[in-house]
Amino acid sequence: MAPTLVRVGTLVIKEFLAILKDPKSRIVVIGPPIIQFFVFGYAATFDLNNVRYAVLDEDRSAESRELLARFQGSPTFRLVGGLDSSSQVGDLMDRQGARLVLHIPPTFSRDLHAGQSAQVQVIVDGRNSNVASVALGYASAIVAQYNAEHGGNFAGRAPAAAEPSLQLVSRAWFNANLQSRWFIISALGGLIAMIVVLLLSSLSVSREREFGTFDQLLVAPFRSGEILVAKALPPMVCGMFDALLLAAAAVLWFGVPFRGSLLALVVALSVFICCVVGVGLFISSLSATMQQSLLGSFIFIMPNVILSGFTTPIANMPRWLQWGTLINPLRYIVTACREVFLQGGTLSTIWPQLWPMALIAAATLASANWLFRHRTA
Amino acid sequence: MNTWHTFQRSLMRLRGFLRKESLQIRRDFSSIALALVMPVVLLFLFGFGVSLDVKNVPIAVVLDDRGSEAHDLAERFALSPFFDPVRVDRLATARQLLDRRAVDAIVHVQSDFSERLAHHAAAPVQVIVNGTDSNQAHLVQGYALGVLNLWSRQRAARGLPVRPPAVMIQQRVWFNDAVNSTHFLVPGLVALVMTLIGVLLTALVIAREWERGTMEAVLATPLRAGEIMVGKLLPYFLLGMMGLGLSVGLGRVVFGVPFRGSPSVYLLLSTLFLLASLGLGLFISAAARVQFVAAQASIIVGFLPAFFLSGLLFDLESTPWPIQAISYAIPALYFVSASHTIFLAGDVWSVLGWDALALAGMAFVLIVLARSRLGQRLEG
Repeated sequence: MAPTLVRVGTLVIKEFLAILKDPKSRIVVIGPPIIQFFVFGYAATFDLNNVRYAVLDEDRSAESRELLARFQGSPTFRLVGGLDSSSQVGDLMDRQGARLVLHIPPTFSRDLHAGQSAQVQVIVDGRNSNVASVALGYASAIVAQYNAEHGGNFAGRAPAAAEPSLQLVSRAWFNANLQSRWFIISALGGLIAMIVVLLLSSLSVSREREFGTFDQLLVAPFRSGEILVAKALPPMVCGMFDALLLAAAAVLWFGVPFRGSLLALVVALSVFICCVVGVGLFISSLSATMQQSLLGSFIFIMPNVILSGFTTPIANMPRWLQWGTLINPLRYIVTACREVFLQGGTLSTIWPQLWPMALIAAATLASANWLFRHRTA
Repeated sequence: MNTWHTFQRSLMRLRGFLRKESLQIRRDFSSIALALVMPVVLLFLFGFGVSLDVKNVPIAVVLDDRGSEAHDLAERFALSPFFDPVRVDRLATARQLLDRRAVDAIVHVQSDFSERLAHHAAAPVQVIVNGTDSNQAHLVQGYALGVLNLWSRQRAARGLPVRPPAVMIQQRVWFNDAVNSTHFLVPGLVALVMTLIGVLLTALVIAREWERGTMEAVLATPLRAGEIMVGKLLPYFLLGMMGLGLSVGLGRVVFGVPFRGSPSVYLLLSTLFLLASLGLGLFISAAARVQFVAAQASIIVGFLPAFFLSGLLFDLESTPWPIQAISYAIPALYFVSASHTIFLAGDVWSVLGWDALALAGMAFVLIVLARSRLGQRLEG
């Protein structure tokens, strides 16, 4: 046992040096995490700010101005101008001069005082469907608040107590202000770990093949299992380092809360990294050149990210595709990271994410081991 | 006479070179596969896998009030296509379900609901959403409000008094009335497909020629730098256009995305965008000369910005200003904007004109840069 440990130890040191001395591999460890941290932190957001809107107020009453003032006071909306007639709406929307138009018809205040429901037309640009639905939600919330505060104050309208009314009281748990940045960044550690581990491990064998040093390694007195372990460890350590670094940065830089246990995060990441390193070594054993390794990793990363629930919910996918995501390890780590960060997850609560990952890890490591023996024997 | 002669000879050289290039692409099947398989895979992945439309959200309904009014309201949630409710007896149980993410929201009707309605008071309905996925939470809140409004309108129609809200919103979503996110995503995806072909594929294949030294052989022929550029770019231009046709066709047929503009305008804008992408790809390959660096560079300056800084999925107007400033330098931004407008709105020249102008400018700059880079290599 002891000689094996010594041999693996020397090999691990050699592999670490190979990663840290090669400028290309150094870039893989440092570049993607930094770029992704900033891209995901600042650009990948579903939050809405400064939605440009225009107003067509045909009523021009104190009541309509009061309602409009609420839109002006909201940080979600930014007024870009007033319109004089409804014929201008089409052109403005077409050329994206505004993404939302508030149209208050001339009967607005009259209807209010007559005790009828006054209509406000909200026209949104559906080219970005998500902005459209979320902006409509914000507009409804502003109007609902106006109703709650002013509903009974108009002459001709029955006083508030005379007729029953329904009220929606909304609360959001775990992310009270509904910031999408928390949603994205809390899961970022898993994504980064996957990219770094996959690139490094998939390059590890093919780099030596391309440089011709792989044959030297094979004639050296190492067993293939030992070579495999030594190839697997350094990428795993680098991946874990990057993931934890970004977890710290998420808390310190972006102010994402960390409510769960650190142990749970580390265990989940370790199991996940085992899944990925198996895939990486599998790709590496198959490829003859670094180019093929890179393309192979890219082909693995793309669908896994898209089908992981990282940016859009898995529940929105068609049923057959949801079944397909069950073998995607990223799906589990994304859920586990969010649970640990935002919901205070511990080892026992993230167990439903842990055991599928452990199964996947066993499968990928076994197949990498099998292929490695067959391709190198 | 003299210039005509030069032109003729240049054309002759070019013909031979183009023949060599197209043979090369035809014999290396991987480029064609990448150009044709990638659009299909991407479209299916995104078309099915990425959806922002919330449907059948699992919710827990807790009725502390056993009256018929409360039951009636719960029925409303069951009828809505957006919700998939389960009835739970106690709020504590529902909270556990929310914690385990078995449900995404709780609708809680308090015990005095019917009484308050009967006594003409404000009857609150509490909705608790899991805010982890903030975007979905926003949508769920909006839909819950919609269900309540529908219910009170129906009660009013039956003659049961519920005070209608003082101000009611009449919403209209232009260009995408069903608010279907696939109609929003597919047009943007075309930009991603063309970036992959124009930047990544071009940069990789030409960098490989540098690496293998076959580029040197071409440079040693009497071909001029401009002729080499045309010869190198034309085959990839055609591949890119095939990818475009495939994406648009699949989007129309499989995902039923409307196409309201005219095909000729779209062809013009995509030509400009493809030229800019090819220029970028050629520049990267000429500057990097090594496949590994070319691949990294085209992912960092080509693929990632085309995904994140183009408005394809994330809305740029809500990002901080430095991000917006960078996005103006990304060709994909203008093409995604043009694509959305042509697919969903039509030929709106006040949008498309600016997009076309920006794309033409970028294509010109990138191609000139690539040519000068290639020229340096010729002399050096």
